[in-house]
Formats: sequence, C-alpha cells, structure tokens
Amino acid sequence: MQTIIVIPAYNEGRVIGEVVEEVRKRYPHVFVIDDGSADDTAARARAAGAVTFRHAVNRGQGAALQTGITAALRAGADLIVTYDADGQMRPEDIDAVIAPVAAGACAVALGSRFLGAGEGMPPLRRATLEAARAFTNLVTGLSLTDTHNGFRALSREAASKIRLRCDRMAHASELLEEIATHALPYREVPVVVRYTEYSMRKGQKLTGAFRILRDLFISSWTR
Amino acid sequence: MLAIQIIVILFCLYAITRVLQKIADRSLSRRWGALWIVFWVLVGVVVAMPWTASLLALRVGVTRGVDVLIYVSILTIFYTLFRITIRMEKLERNITELTRELALKDLDRK
Repeated sequence: MQTIIVIPAYNEGRVIGEVVEEVRKRYPHVFVIDDGSADDTAARARAAGAVTFRHAVNRGQGAALQTGITAALRAGADLIVTYDADGQMRPEDIDAVIAPVAAGACAVALGSRFLGAGEGMPPLRRATLEAARAFTNLVTGLSLTDTHNGFRALSREAASKIRLRCDRMAHASELLEEIATHALPYREVPVVVRYTEYSMRKGQKLTGAFRILRDLFISSWTR
Repeated sequence: MLAIQIIVILFCLYAITRVLQKIADRSLSRRWGALWIVFWVLVGVVVAMPWTASLLALRVGVTRGVDVLIYVSILTIFYTLFRITIRMEKLERNITELTRELALKDLDRK
C-alpha cells in the first residue's frame, strides 16, 4: 500500500528541510508543494529528499493542498496524508492517523488536538478554534472536536471525490463540507500539536476568521 | 400592494428556485441552501409586509418618491459589485487551475 505524505509550504525554508527529514524516516514518499515561496523552500525540501512541485505564483494553502492531492493520486497513492510544513505536527502520530483508513474502518481520518494534548496552546488560539468548530459543525452537520487541523489521512477513493475550490484558508471547512456532501465515513484521531514560537508566528490570526467566512460565502455562489 | 413589492417578491421567488435548483444538481450543499432560502424568505416577508421593518423605516424616513430611485440605484450597484466579486472568484480559480497544471506537468518525469 503506497502512502504519500503531502506537505503544502509557503516561505517555510527555515524549517521545511527538518520536517521532511523527520517524516521521511518513517514514510519515504513525501510530496512538498512550494506555493510560490520567495525563499528557498523548494530547494531545501528537494535536498531533504521530497518530490517537489512549485506553484509559479502564490495561490494559497487550499490550492497547494489540492495540487498535492492531485499529484499523489496521479502518482498512484493508495493513502494520502496531509501534513503541515511548520513543524507543528509529530511524525510519530502519522501511524495512528493512517491506521483506521488503512484498516478500512473509515475513508477519512482527521487529527484532533482536543482529543490529544495541545502542547502549550495559548488561550486566544483555543477560543478561536472553539468558535470555528461550532460554526463548521453547524454548517456541515458533522460532529467534530477539532475542525481546523491540517493532519488528515484520506483513502484513494475519498481523495478522488474531494475537490477543494477554496484556495485560501477556508479549505479546512470546505474539506469537511465535502466529507458531508459525499457521505464519506470519517473518524477523529488524537494528535499532538506542538505550539512553538515559530509556528505561532506563522499561524492564523483571529482576523483570518473573517476572511474565511467571506471566502466560504463567495464560494457557495461559484460552484 | 405596490408594483415594486411585487417585483421584489417575484425576484425572491426566482432566487429561491435558483437555490433549489443548485441544491438539486448538488452544486450547493443542503445547509448552505437552507441558509440562502431563509435569507430570501426574510427579504420577501419584509417587502410584502413593510410594517415588519417599520421601526427601521421610521428612523430612515422613506417618504419621497425620488428616494425610491436612489434605493434602486444602490441596489443595482450592490448587485453589480456582487456579480463582479463572483466573476473575480471564477478568474482566480482558473488561475489556480493553470498554476496547478503547470506545477504538475513534469510529474511523469519525477
């Protein structure tokens, strides 16, 4: 069973090499999508052994993720894992995220930091995520503890059905809508998110939430 | 009932049928569809029974016919902006699609 780890990255030159190396110790097939970075993200990812794709212009995390998923499908992946480039995720959690999908218990496994232990999660971040969770559960009708976690495992079948059209950050909610629309069986798996100073600086700000709502609104008119 | 009320109500009905159509061909999820239907029903109710919005109307004080013209203009501009936003979003998606295919075109060689 071929497993491909998909990592969208934008200006992550400082950490991407280390992240790819860490992951490749467990899973050798890593696809990095450099989303038009201004730094040496692509070169560092390639040096660390990842298959690298480059967006000529910056299109947003959702777009990069869909490029990675499409690439993995074309490369014949049976299992696709989406993973963050900023070093927040632990490669030792990949096994647990993949397990239920590999066993055929579900089509999509979603990492949840609220089932696991958030390492030093700041209170404001927690409150923002809580609000996002309530809204997303309301719109999608799913019941999840963590709706905005980039750690996921998709079966080939699920990945072929899911189509991300929101280029920017709204893709996280959109992906859950796709799961609901296609009635894909899903499961949450506890993962640990490491909140480092670097990842907090790169992470989403509260104002990003309004942009996400705007993107979801526009997207609902342009299918 | 004024002609403008009938026109707006007809438009609301048209919008609702469009939403239902979009739900039927699965281009809009049921939940988003429901939200849109609620929105257009609310617009229809306020237009059909303006007293529901009387509090607001009293404050704004719509009394002159020329005001109607201004309101219609604003609505037209608003709708045009909305259409442009949608058009832009489609353009953005096409750009993304092109960027993606460019990025993936040498997949076979990897």
